[in-house]
Amino acid sequence: MARVVVDVMPKQEILDPQGQAVANALPRQGFEGISQVRQGKRFELEVADDVDDETLAKIAESFLANPVIEDWAVRRVES
Amino acid sequence: MSAAGARIGVITFPGSLDDGDARRAVRRSGASDVSLWHADADLRGVDAVIVPGGFSYGDYLRCGAIAKFAPVMTEVVRAAERGMPVLGVCNGFQVLCEAGLLPGVLTRNEGLHYVCRDQWLRAENTTSTWTTRYEPGADLLIPVKHGEGCYVADESTLDEIEGEGRVLFRYVDGNPNGSRRDIAGITDARGRVAGLMPHPEHAIDPLTGPTDDGLGMFLSALDTLVPA
Repeated sequence: MARVVVDVMPKQEILDPQGQAVANALPRQGFEGISQVRQGKRFELEVADDVDDETLAKIAESFLANPVIEDWAVRRVES
Repeated sequence: MSAAGARIGVITFPGSLDDGDARRAVRRSGASDVSLWHADADLRGVDAVIVPGGFSYGDYLRCGAIAKFAPVMTEVVRAAERGMPVLGVCNGFQVLCEAGLLPGVLTRNEGLHYVCRDQWLRAENTTSTWTTRYEPGADLLIPVKHGEGCYVADESTLDEIEGEGRVLFRYVDGNPNGSRRDIAGITDARGRVAGLMPHPEHAIDPLTGPTDDGLGMFLSALDTLVPA
């Protein structure tokens, strides 16, 4: 088994109102110097050894992310 | 086929809310309503399908992202490719976009607020299967209620949709969600698959809605299904 992490983030050109709301809330709590926040998703998958990178990419592209608005990145990590 | 002979299916997913009102709107228009279940790969011989509003599968992952893989949706996609009329309302619009039957995607409202109000729309394309009963430029008052209705697509896709006259309705008197170019609803290239965020099924009777302006969408489809 391997652990695979898939990060899904809104594309740079897509408005991210949730990230903006977080960024706007930080100064109200006294945290200064943070100019931008973008909010995404992180998926952790426990994956059998015979699942190849191409399959993982397909899972990310067709299901975990919507490529119209989101970028994704797949990486294998030490489990 | 008489109007009553036309059978319009309404899908129920776990988390659907407006399937009951959609079936009522179908009956009010004069057609027969047929309940379709998300887990059945079976359209029960219907002539058209409505994907209703709600929160299918709890909106988990993304709105409509899990529903697009429901067994019934595989059949809807196949039927749509053969030309069957399909209407997606609110969550149903999100499902049709996720399933690739319509371009673009619905994202979180620009102001982050869930918006629930009666909304003015302007009819644009009145040649699609679902909009022939409207006059071009007509103003309609129909409820909206959603948190993720901001229509987004890249500029070239938006230009293509506009160039081909595929905008069905545009928000007027205020855009409730930040949708690009005030788009409230669109149709596919053939004009048979339609999606919109406002709820025509909640505006079929002045007793229970602001107007009966929504009924025209169901009557329009019947005109196609039941040639005069």
